[in-house]
Amino acid sequence: MASEAGEKQESGRGKVTGSKLDLALVLLRLLAFFATLSATVVMALNKQTKTIVVATIGTVPITTTLTAKFQHTPAFVFFVIANGNASLHNLLMLVVGFMGPKWNFKGLAHLAIPVLDLMNVAIVSGGASAAVFMGQLGRDGNSHARWNKICDKFDSYCDRSGGAMIASLVGLMLMTVICSVNIIRLRNHNSNKIVLDSSVNVVP
Amino acid sequence: MSLSKRIPIFLLRLLALGATVSATLVMITSHDSAQLFNMKFEAKYTNSPTFKYFVLMNAIASGYSLILLFLPSKSSYGHLILILDLVMALLLDSSISACLAIGQVGKNGNSHAGWLPICGQVPKFCDHVTGALVAGFVAAIVYFLILLYSLHNIMNLFFLKT
Repeated sequence: MASEAGEKQESGRGKVTGSKLDLALVLLRLLAFFATLSATVVMALNKQTKTIVVATIGTVPITTTLTAKFQHTPAFVFFVIANGNASLHNLLMLVVGFMGPKWNFKGLAHLAIPVLDLMNVAIVSGGASAAVFMGQLGRDGNSHARWNKICDKFDSYCDRSGGAMIASLVGLMLMTVICSVNIIRLRNHNSNKIVLDSSVNVVP
Repeated sequence: MSLSKRIPIFLLRLLALGATVSATLVMITSHDSAQLFNMKFEAKYTNSPTFKYFVLMNAIASGYSLILLFLPSKSSYGHLILILDLVMALLLDSSISACLAIGQVGKNGNSHAGWLPICGQVPKFCDHVTGALVAGFVAAIVYFLILLYSLHNIMNLFFLKT
């Protein structure tokens, strides 16, 4: 108990009032939702087909069709799954944010929201970075491993996956900001409370 | 913060320091070469930007762990340390994920892109990189544990359960 009171350090760190901060958070989360949703959709619909001539017998060219799909690469599959998960999470948090005052969570939401946010930020960061480095490998190739680049043949596939990566990185940055604000508010929220047995009195 | 709360965090940070330092060192010392039909395969960690990113991130995280080991726990930078912990955990997580993606291509190849696997030619390099990735994975998990433990200290979970 003594350590609890001792934790009341700089509780007035936030210079923004409560409702303005809530509005800013909702706006950020809306932007993050759109960013992750567009990343998921653009990468999921990413496909390019190219017909190239392999040989010519007489006057008849023999063609073969090559397809580039996002399912060919496990990194892009994980990217789609991670961003889909994150967009669902953002949607859920938006709904909870709008309907929040009507539902009484008894303090469980104050713990669950930052932890869930943390998990989803980690998953999106893993997915986005795996896709970025796989895309870099596809764009530049690797001469030491004798891997040819593929972006010179499938340019629109590469462009679209690059756009999806940018959207996902923007969403990742926004979600990191939201997560850190939630964690700091958790710390402030708990340091403002003085626990009196079983009744909870919020002492400002 | 009382001693009973300081010791677990100190131990976790020590573990994170060990994991990140070992990941950096193991990845730096990985190299192998093979001779195949007059072509010389030389595999080092600098061949791939992904592995260089992994080494860089783990070096930064090990320096950060070293600095934080000697920081007094009840300083006024509590918020900053929490945010930096989050950022470090995310960076480690992204570096391990990218290396896993590239390592999977190196081990299994990608038939659609015409990329042959290289682990058959340079097995020592592949094993070394696998060891470095395991250490990096442990480092990422320990950083997330540090973050969760900081959250637990803030939240006082026992208060919620009553």
